[in-house]
Amino acid sequence: MFTVLAFAVGFVLALMLAIMRLSPLRPYRWFAAAWIEVFRGLPALVTIFTIGYAVPIALGFRVPGVYGPGAMALGIVYSAYMAETIRAGIEAVPRGQREAARSLGMTSARSLVSIVLPQAFRIIIPPLTNEVVALIKDTSLLYVLGTTASTIEITKFAREGVSRTFNITPLLAGALVYLAITIPLTRAVGLLERRNRRAR
Amino acid sequence: MPDDPTRPDIEVVDLRKRFGPLEVLNGVSLTVQPSEVVCVIGPSGSGKSTLLRCVNRLEEPTSGSIRIEGDDILDPECDIDRVRRKIGMVFQAFNLFPHLTVLGNCTIAQRKVLGRPRTLAERTAREMLERVGLADKVDEHPVRLSGGQQQRVAIARALCLHPDMMLFDEVTSALDPELVGEVLASMRQLADEGMTMLVVTHEMGFARRVADRVVFMDEGLIVEEGPPEQVLDAPREARTRRFLQQVGERDEA
Repeated sequence: MFTVLAFAVGFVLALMLAIMRLSPLRPYRWFAAAWIEVFRGLPALVTIFTIGYAVPIALGFRVPGVYGPGAMALGIVYSAYMAETIRAGIEAVPRGQREAARSLGMTSARSLVSIVLPQAFRIIIPPLTNEVVALIKDTSLLYVLGTTASTIEITKFAREGVSRTFNITPLLAGALVYLAITIPLTRAVGLLERRNRRAR
Repeated sequence: MPDDPTRPDIEVVDLRKRFGPLEVLNGVSLTVQPSEVVCVIGPSGSGKSTLLRCVNRLEEPTSGSIRIEGDDILDPECDIDRVRRKIGMVFQAFNLFPHLTVLGNCTIAQRKVLGRPRTLAERTAREMLERVGLADKVDEHPVRLSGGQQQRVAIARALCLHPDMMLFDEVTSALDPELVGEVLASMRQLADEGMTMLVVTHEMGFARRVADRVVFMDEGLIVEEGPPEQVLDAPREARTRRFLQQVGERDEA
């Protein structure tokens, strides 16, 4: 659940950042570059603490929802990584594609949406998969926010199990749960890639 | 605004384009009348492609003026996207959209730019693909086609917007020799139907047979222009003669 929300937040932010990063307008480029440098440079835990504890204390504002703060924090962290991936994807689409689109009367935004981005996403599926897998694993960092019963996070659950029983079996079980999520995911993406390649 | 029958489709005056310190166009003036076919020839680096790309503002000129059907397209008020619908362009590298089928390539601009419904867009696309002889390829992806077929799809794609004029940027230069003919045949058919065409080409035979006027460019200037038989057979300028000689020698070799 954290993963889905964090990915949604991160992806939307990343797309905006990538487009800003490639914008001809300097303020946009600077903002995006600064955002990416900061959140890629900070340890994820620091960002999680900041969003989860520091921001509510300092500003009296808490990201709403049970999953809200954690998803927001991880979303912000991953937006920095994914923005760079998406930017690379956009830049990998040959310039002629954009020129052809513009020569057909498409606006700059239209050619980005209809022509450049669909091709960019095909290019970046493999690196983006890496980032999703990393994101799934990093949800384990959210234990620091202390979770309620409904959001209990696998690693925390496992650790408590270990201290309760003096036995590492729960930790192993937790590890297996992560693998049970990530391996099918990478398989599914692999299939998607093969299908794409055939269509091209 | 009423249509002035004597108004040229393309009117370029004293066009200059500089890439950093490099002067690519040094003051080019060129007029293309409705239904006229003008071929631009010249050595590589002479600025002929840049000239073509300035006409629909894929390149921003440094100075000069360009009018399309009387509208100044360098005016900041000008809606360049609207002007570009009137100007079809075909590229050396085809630039078909690889993520779309042939039909998708031909319908996307109709639907997203003109807002045509899918059925009408597809009908128009099939009609244009028929004109270039590729009606049976609608569902293929571009990579499955030969270079010549891809380039003909690119022509059909441009025609789908019913442009008033077409720009051709060395459209046969990336093709295997045996595929050049089919593309030139489609272009010739267009010319015969009265399309206004500005063609940058190395195909001297095409220029000779199809062009109303041939323009020879070198070092960012128009050196010589006139009817094909004059420019190609009895060039007045030494530079034109030298160029034609080099091209001719290569053809014979």
